[in-house]
Amino acid sequence: MIQIQLPEEEIAGVPLKNHMLLAAGILGTTGASLKRMLDLGAGGVVTKSIGPEAISGHHGPALIPVDGGLINAMGLPNPSKDFVEEIAPLKGEPVVVSIFGGTPEQFGTVASWFPDAAAFELNLSCPHAEGYGASIGVNPRIVRECTEIVKTYNKPVWVKLTPNVTDIKIIGKAAEDGGADAIVAINTVKAMRISTEMRRPVLGNFFGGLSGKAIFPIAVRSVYDLYEAVDIPIIGCGGISTADNVLEMMMAGASAVEIGSAIHDSVNVFSEIAADLYAEDGIPAEEIVGCAHV
Amino acid sequence: MSEMPEIVTITTVVNETPTVKTFVFDKLFAFRPGQFCMVWIAGVDEIPMAFSGANSITVMKVGDATEALFSLKAGDKLGIRGPFGNGFSPSGKVLAIAGGIGVTPLFTLAASGEVDTFILGARTREELVFTEDLEKVSDLKIATDDGTFGFHGFVTGILDQIDVESYDTICVCGPEMMMKGILDRLVAKGIESRGQFSMHRYMKCAVGVCGSCCMDDHGLRVCKDGPVFTGDLIKTGEFAHHHRGPSGRKE
Repeated sequence: MIQIQLPEEEIAGVPLKNHMLLAAGILGTTGASLKRMLDLGAGGVVTKSIGPEAISGHHGPALIPVDGGLINAMGLPNPSKDFVEEIAPLKGEPVVVSIFGGTPEQFGTVASWFPDAAAFELNLSCPHAEGYGASIGVNPRIVRECTEIVKTYNKPVWVKLTPNVTDIKIIGKAAEDGGADAIVAINTVKAMRISTEMRRPVLGNFFGGLSGKAIFPIAVRSVYDLYEAVDIPIIGCGGISTADNVLEMMMAGASAVEIGSAIHDSVNVFSEIAADLYAEDGIPAEEIVGCAHV
Repeated sequence: MSEMPEIVTITTVVNETPTVKTFVFDKLFAFRPGQFCMVWIAGVDEIPMAFSGANSITVMKVGDATEALFSLKAGDKLGIRGPFGNGFSPSGKVLAIAGGIGVTPLFTLAASGEVDTFILGARTREELVFTEDLEKVSDLKIATDDGTFGFHGFVTGILDQIDVESYDTICVCGPEMMMKGILDRLVAKGIESRGQFSMHRYMKCAVGVCGSCCMDDHGLRVCKDGPVFTGDLIKTGEFAHHHRGPSGRKE
């Protein structure tokens, strides 16, 4: 297997310790859990998505492991502005603050609370929260406006996209036009399960989003498409659980990756992948980013 | 691997006390004492609950979801996910200390023959559960806050009367301030690592992913790294100080 070198420069404006970040929504509700993941080998962390109001989230079941992944409908639970205090001890670490809102103005308001963020990731892609996430992230104009307004806070802005659209390239291009520093692809794929014995949907919210190995091929295809459509870096996300998956995502066009559901199998997934992925005599990652576009 | 809720049918509902019921169902779960399950009350919510037996949960009515659960009767269905978490890992001579409904996981530990001495506390006599069974399998000592049965006071009052250092493992489950009183005494003797404390936190996923049950200051997940933690792991941080609600806000 190919092995690569650790990054020597910032990726998409963030000084990552390696090419793998903790994905949003995974162990990202508290400063302590984010610090733990950095200590366990994450090259950077993305926080739980923070919004303009505190939200308790959907009733349970909120997450169910299914074959090849996890299906969740958390419902964007978040402590809103209280989160500023949560991550204050992490100042100077590669902490990307995920934010959401129902309007571009709300995105701006939330961004204004976090002057110490290494970058912002705009959640324009959560598939199970009415009025937020993907319900506005399928509109290229709103995606561009949200990006523009958060860019005024002088931080790198990453825009996380939903795969639940006809053409993800159009949304990626809108983010790029708005001044995004990177595209993150993809958020979860809209999905549901039904309990045949209960004769009703399992999730409290009825439907949710599928993550994990089952969506890896969807994520690879999305990154591959986006690489041909935009000139800004792409962060690959969706079902990555091995070093070979990281390489595959890079060959599709990703400059770095985010890992989430693989935590279900091992909280040490970052150090386990790093042991396979990196070597001092490895090749620079830049040599393989997008190399599958033959 | 798919871990959809296992749908069970309630066969018996036992009224243990005015606020505690045991729900017996038609399927068996292989659990270790201290492990828990997520109980799905269809159309209401899913909540963490300790097993009180291989085919039962024992529940105190504390909120909307448990109130809905209390309205169910024999023949009704529940979804069960689990067992989850680490459970107790006792060795040598074992002391169990339980308060209120915290008796449930320690009752299963005692029922498996692993407890030498059992200190059980409750607010009042009618809130005591499992006492007859506990007497058969352990040296049972009872405290009630109002003195209506046994020692008049808290479980720590009984703890102060016995030689805690003669025990190799001290398993604890109950209200957090009660557990704090016990941890303080173990710390004072330098034996906090012998203490195994079963923590309760709001949780959503129960499989170590979402982070809603993470505790300060190590960021440990109550659902996956716990719910049982040794005293040395919780003596600093949020224990008996704060916890987080459904939104992640500190309460």
